[in-house]
Amino acid sequence: MVDPVERNEGYDDWLDAIEADEGFYLECPNGHGSLPPRRVCTHCGEPELTQQPLAESGAVETHTVVHVATPQLEDDTPYITAIADFGPVRLTGMLRGAEPESVTTNLDVVPSVETTETTGNRVLVFRPR
Amino acid sequence: MPEVRVAGVGLTPFGVHPERTGRDLFAEAALAAIDDAGVDRTAIEGLFYGNFMGELAEHQGHYGPLAADMVGLDVPTIRFESACASSGSAAREAVKNLRNGEADVLLVGGTERMNNLGTGGATEALAIAADDLYEVRAGMTFPGAYALMQAAYHEEYGGSREDLAHVAVKNHDNALDNEYAQFRKSITVDDHLEAPMISEPVGLYDSCPITDGASAIVLVSDNYAEANGLDAQVAVTGTGQGGDKMALQDRDYLARTPASDDAAAEAYADAGIDAEDVDLAEVHDCFTIAEVLAIESLGFYEPGTGIDAARRGETTSDGDRPINLSGGLKAKGHPVGATGTSQLAEMTRLLRGDHPNSGAVSGATTGVTHNAGGTVASAIVHVLEVAT
Repeated sequence: MVDPVERNEGYDDWLDAIEADEGFYLECPNGHGSLPPRRVCTHCGEPELTQQPLAESGAVETHTVVHVATPQLEDDTPYITAIADFGPVRLTGMLRGAEPESVTTNLDVVPSVETTETTGNRVLVFRPR
Repeated sequence: MPEVRVAGVGLTPFGVHPERTGRDLFAEAALAAIDDAGVDRTAIEGLFYGNFMGELAEHQGHYGPLAADMVGLDVPTIRFESACASSGSAAREAVKNLRNGEADVLLVGGTERMNNLGTGGATEALAIAADDLYEVRAGMTFPGAYALMQAAYHEEYGGSREDLAHVAVKNHDNALDNEYAQFRKSITVDDHLEAPMISEPVGLYDSCPITDGASAIVLVSDNYAEANGLDAQVAVTGTGQGGDKMALQDRDYLARTPASDDAAAEAYADAGIDAEDVDLAEVHDCFTIAEVLAIESLGFYEPGTGIDAARRGETTSDGDRPINLSGGLKAKGHPVGATGTSQLAEMTRLLRGDHPNSGAVSGATTGVTHNAGGTVASAIVHVLEVAT
């Protein structure tokens, strides 16, 4: 009998790397970025992917203040979800450490891994630089 | 190549029916469609069926044979799951089968039971149409995803929440006389602007409701319709499909929907029409910003210019090109797996002249339906025309 597995290879390895300040993305020979798990570039299909260091910070492109969440995050509301541009890749994360009205496009944010209030699960978090 | 005709349509009332089983909802819609078509039930050669969250809401997978059982059919079935574009996808594949001569009579439809999950459960179920690892775990809900797109739209093109309020007001007005609509009540711009926020800037009245319901259509070849004396005056003359990256963060655009661009281009070319030929459209307005993105992708407006179309009265029932005369997902309701064929059923009624709002488009000959999955990672467009 196989026990349930809660770890997602590739994705959790990537979160581990962010947590260790060794964040990375996958780059193909054409300069496209993507995130693991990935066997080929999502943009052009190139199979040769190399790990490249993720930029220390990214710029918020768009964000929302979530008031109605899934049960897994109901005790976290209201929270901010943002998409931030890190150059070759964008990341989606929960933005903490900023009042909603202070969040603007191009806000410089640093990625980290924290836990959610509701379940204690790991979550990608952005904090203003 | 045979031309595909819509021989009959059937709908359940869309609304809150948490104790009704999905299987029974589908039976109601499908039997109504078969009756409307006037076809012998034994002539139906297959069921193409859309459903999204059966496993989560009803602990029910492999829904196709069960849906066929409920209609008294012993035919091959296929279930299509493409999030909110599930039954639109089913219809497209049925059209292809009819065109290539694989069949002459097909039943197409979809069902969703959602309210038995409660708001939290339905929100969670809907979220699985996004990328679980990179979006849902970061707190993205579906209202949240469209809020991110809306904020990006405002940033790039401008427009206001008040512009979008007019989309909601319009679609509620359109639903007033629709006997199948979930919300048959008008709202005001102030109602919209003062309503609670779901995921800023998306408010309660920007959002479609959680809906239980089913829809079905009977598609036939024109040869079958003629040989059997069917009154099937509405033809599906164009079909198209587009795709995009699953996660918003991987997309080229946050404030445009290229999958819908591609689906529309393919469907228009298939039908031999241009956007200018379209008299009316039923589009996937799961959120008010989604209607704006749809009418821009369908070529009715340039990118960034559609947000105040309702406010200017161009897409209202008395406008140049009415959008969502059924009430749309916003007011008619959005039982996810049923929405694609519901749009086709409503467009058929509008063009046939037996929809409560047909009077707004009397003389119309060309309608378009637009069904989107997820944050428009999947899009299906169909062109319907009154056969001459």
